[in-house]
Amino acid sequence: MNKVYHRIEKIAGNVITIKADLVKYGELAVVSSGFGTSLANVIRLEHDNVSLQVFTGSRGIATDAKVRFLGNPMQTAFSESLLGRIFNGIGIPRDKGPAIKDNMTDIGGPSVNPAKRIIPRNMVRTGIPMIDVFNTLVESQKLPIFSVAGEPYNELLARIALQAEVDVIILGGMGLKHDDYLYFRDTLEEYGALSRSVMFVHTAADPTVECLMVPDVCLAVAEKFALKNKRALVLLTDMTNFADAMKEIAITMEQIPSNRGYPGDLYSQLASRYEKAVDFDGNGSITILAVTTMPGDDVTHPVPDNTGYITEGQFYLRNARIEPFGSLSRLKQLVNGTTREDHRQIMNTMIQLYANYKETLEKQSMGFRMSDWDSKLLKYGGRFENELMDLSVNIPLEQALDLCWTILADCFEPAEAGLPTKLIDRFWPSKG
Amino acid sequence: MEKNLGKIVGVNGNLLTIEFDKPVVQNEVAYAILDGFRLKSEVIRIRGNRAEAQVFENTRGLQIGGVVEFTGTLLSVELGPGLLTQVYDGLQNPLPQLAEKCGFFLQRGTYPRALDAEKKWDYTPVAEVGDTLKAADTVGTVPEGIFTHRIMVPFGLAGKLTVEEVVDAGSYTVDQIVAKLKDVSGNTVEVTMTQNWPVKIPIKAYDERLKTEEPLVTNVRIMDTFFPIARGGTYCIPGPFGAGKTVLQQITSRHADVDIVIIAACGERAGEVVETLREFPELRDPRTGRSLMERTLIICNTSSMPVAAREASVYTAVTIAEYYRQMGLDVLLLADSTSRWAQALRELSGRLEEIPGEEAFPAYLESVIASFYERGGVVRLNDGSTGSVTIGGTVSPAGGNFEEPVTQSTLKVVGAFEGLSRARSDARRYPAIDPLESWSKYPSVVGEEDLEVGRRMLRQGNEVGQMMKVVGEEGTSMDDFVVYLKSEYLDAVYLQQDAYHEVDGATSADRQQYVFGKITNILRTKMNFKEKAAARTFFQNLTQATKDWNRMVVNSDEYKQSVKQIKQMLVEVSVHE
Ligand SMILES: Nc1ncnc2c1ncn2[C@@H]1O[C@H](COP(=O)(O)OP(=O)(O)OP(=O)(O)O)[C@@H](O)[C@H]1O
Ligand SMILES: [Mg+2]
Repeated sequence: MNKVYHRIEKIAGNVITIKADLVKYGELAVVSSGFGTSLANVIRLEHDNVSLQVFTGSRGIATDAKVRFLGNPMQTAFSESLLGRIFNGIGIPRDKGPAIKDNMTDIGGPSVNPAKRIIPRNMVRTGIPMIDVFNTLVESQKLPIFSVAGEPYNELLARIALQAEVDVIILGGMGLKHDDYLYFRDTLEEYGALSRSVMFVHTAADPTVECLMVPDVCLAVAEKFALKNKRALVLLTDMTNFADAMKEIAITMEQIPSNRGYPGDLYSQLASRYEKAVDFDGNGSITILAVTTMPGDDVTHPVPDNTGYITEGQFYLRNARIEPFGSLSRLKQLVNGTTREDHRQIMNTMIQLYANYKETLEKQSMGFRMSDWDSKLLKYGGRFENELMDLSVNIPLEQALDLCWTILADCFEPAEAGLPTKLIDRFWPSKG
Repeated sequence: MEKNLGKIVGVNGNLLTIEFDKPVVQNEVAYAILDGFRLKSEVIRIRGNRAEAQVFENTRGLQIGGVVEFTGTLLSVELGPGLLTQVYDGLQNPLPQLAEKCGFFLQRGTYPRALDAEKKWDYTPVAEVGDTLKAADTVGTVPEGIFTHRIMVPFGLAGKLTVEEVVDAGSYTVDQIVAKLKDVSGNTVEVTMTQNWPVKIPIKAYDERLKTEEPLVTNVRIMDTFFPIARGGTYCIPGPFGAGKTVLQQITSRHADVDIVIIAACGERAGEVVETLREFPELRDPRTGRSLMERTLIICNTSSMPVAAREASVYTAVTIAEYYRQMGLDVLLLADSTSRWAQALRELSGRLEEIPGEEAFPAYLESVIASFYERGGVVRLNDGSTGSVTIGGTVSPAGGNFEEPVTQSTLKVVGAFEGLSRARSDARRYPAIDPLESWSKYPSVVGEEDLEVGRRMLRQGNEVGQMMKVVGEEGTSMDDFVVYLKSEYLDAVYLQQDAYHEVDGATSADRQQYVFGKITNILRTKMNFKEKAAARTFFQNLTQATKDWNRMVVNSDEYKQSVKQIKQMLVEVSVHE
């Protein structure tokens, strides 16, 4: 049944074109040539011309390479035995374990019916005060980490993964440095989390097309876990590499770029992945945290810009700290009303005071005179940065809130903080 | 009738090339058949014996040689009682019904009917046998929630029609015949409670289009007072991500003084629609005392749903808006975000290999946007009553930069520009409408003289603020400093509004007039302070008092007390000349 085709008409970039019939749009094929075999998928049909993007790239493909169509689109296996395992971007084992072929399912499946969605309601505790107190992460949220190269974003991802209360961790690496890949593997192993993790890793040395599959494979697996009543956390790093891979293919296919070379459907492409984040009513959930590096620290670059329009807030990682300004969890108000009664108020007050501190810093640098109030703010800002913003701080939400009160009490008189009297009476620490 | 079939000869993303032999109509609907499923598509270009069609679904699995069924009808919506409270996708598929059928996930090729065929409506005939009617005249009515839903002569019928038969008052389904009419050539037309209308063609069955001049009160102070919108007018809300476009639309959908609100969630987050979906049924409409959902309809084609249907969704929404306008109602259409719709056009244009314009948007972008907003307006209907469609669209400019094609094309055609600024949203000054950049061509709810005082204060305050950054407070004169404090005061107590506060969240036109009068009085007052610190403290206290006042129920005791308190505070610092 699976006819084999031999004549390749055209090879350009990672795309080959052959003459074939009865091929389905989106179908997968195996291309074998002297240099080895690779998967490829159909991205265009035009009469009997079939264009395929070859996962390992077109290097070494001969004009008489064999192309065998498989009759199905790209799929991924799903079973509990995925846990603890490491694969490449298209599901081939990277560790020494056996291949897994259970319950093959199509990737990039249909989206959830909005009418079946529910309003998210569970906080995901991370032990990081800048998240728990100020930008609370919510189950089923989709949130990127915006940062520049060189920031410890992978360390942050790993920490959140280890400390978050989730059932399954799915890590998707795109263009990951080999060292970073080993870092994730070893860290998950060291803290005993590998057994509840699955890793799909495309490293910088692997073929570009495989990079494109990573988010879909991860999310398809996450969806299956979620439908089995598991809380799945999907970590994607780095989505900018994913977007760049799309750019590369688009240019090969001679698509007209819209903005700095990126294809016009960048928004839709990113959205169809991020929108997989969901809380299934009466079942599991998918939460997505995705690193998005900003070329040139420019948030208006098309990748972070389009991402910001899609996700439910963002964490800005700068100077190894989550910035209080710019960082935002758009879902926080859905959960922080029921954590502790002082949560919302403390969150706002601390940030307002920190903003005042920043203004004072500016005045100081301009050489303007420092008032009493300014000195208090300077003391406050220093403690805020060291005791709350520093990423090594690792305390539960309640303890972090208590710490906020301690810092306030050490720096200010109760009336200066601008908090409601009711809360001050209950929470303001007595001196001494 | 024999089916008009074609054959697939090309698949590129969601674009099909189809070979046909019998006549094909531009923009007609065609179905690609796949394993027994029918994937809906729209013909968008015809060349020789080839038609190109954009499929409203994922095209995975389609093959060369696959069968396509042409329908001969344009992409249309079904109009009739039962549209309100519904949640449709961009092609008018009812999402709750789809969920019942298919579960958690959307399934391609499944198109449940838009209206409930089983439900019976209490029909009251209006037209009588022998009456002469024309398109859009009322044949009868049914109650739909709080509205009297008019069953009208189909909008597409030409000339005079004579009523031949009518049914008695009673309960009927939407498909039962309620009247028979005879047209000038003697043909009989059967009227049911539903009719179809092609979404890309405006409904023009009315007497005349009127000028837009009446303010549409949104209860958002900065809009109604400074940048008002009008009944039948158009406006846009451009802004960078996270600046508050969606929240502003949500507030408007709750508080705007209109009969019906149609929310077109176009290519944005599904989660945001869910909030409306789950909360509106619980919220009371202060105007009617009924659930807010009863006056609401949601067209929801979120970002991960098929892109081509995203383009259709704004047309579906505006067509339904026009339909309710035909009943003499005021309809507000809120589209979030029109940029996603423009991007859908861009994706399609790219596949068609058209010559791209700026940022690869098609050259016709501007005219498409213009003709969409042109569908807003106030009209006088056949019976002399008026109805209106007001359109407000958000724009999501790349990089938050308004110098891009979608924002610029939109600004050329709308009547009001509510531009959101990153600086204001970062400073948590919500709603983050930039008071120096925005504009409106519509009349305000307050008087022009007071308005000018407010505007001038904002401009001057901004100038002083800029200067102060360089020379510091020390280098600023007392007079300038007071101007600065006054402008900050106006900003804090009037422009900013706590969307989530029960009282402050919505300020009526009356209250706006009263409060703004008091505030401009304060702005006009010449004040005297010994030193800047005293001036600052005074304005801090005044701000606090005025903000508290904003949170009080009109004419409650504490409200009246507040008015006195503020007056007293002012007496202490004002200079009498
Ligand atoms: N009027 C407001 N009052 C209080 N908070 C607001 C207001 N407007 C916006 N916000 C805050 O800003 C966040 C983002 O607002 P919103 O979702 O409306 O942005 P947007 O402009 O629609 O962004 P995007 O383009 O990404 O959709 C909200 O989740 C909320 O926290
Ligand atoms: Mg929005």
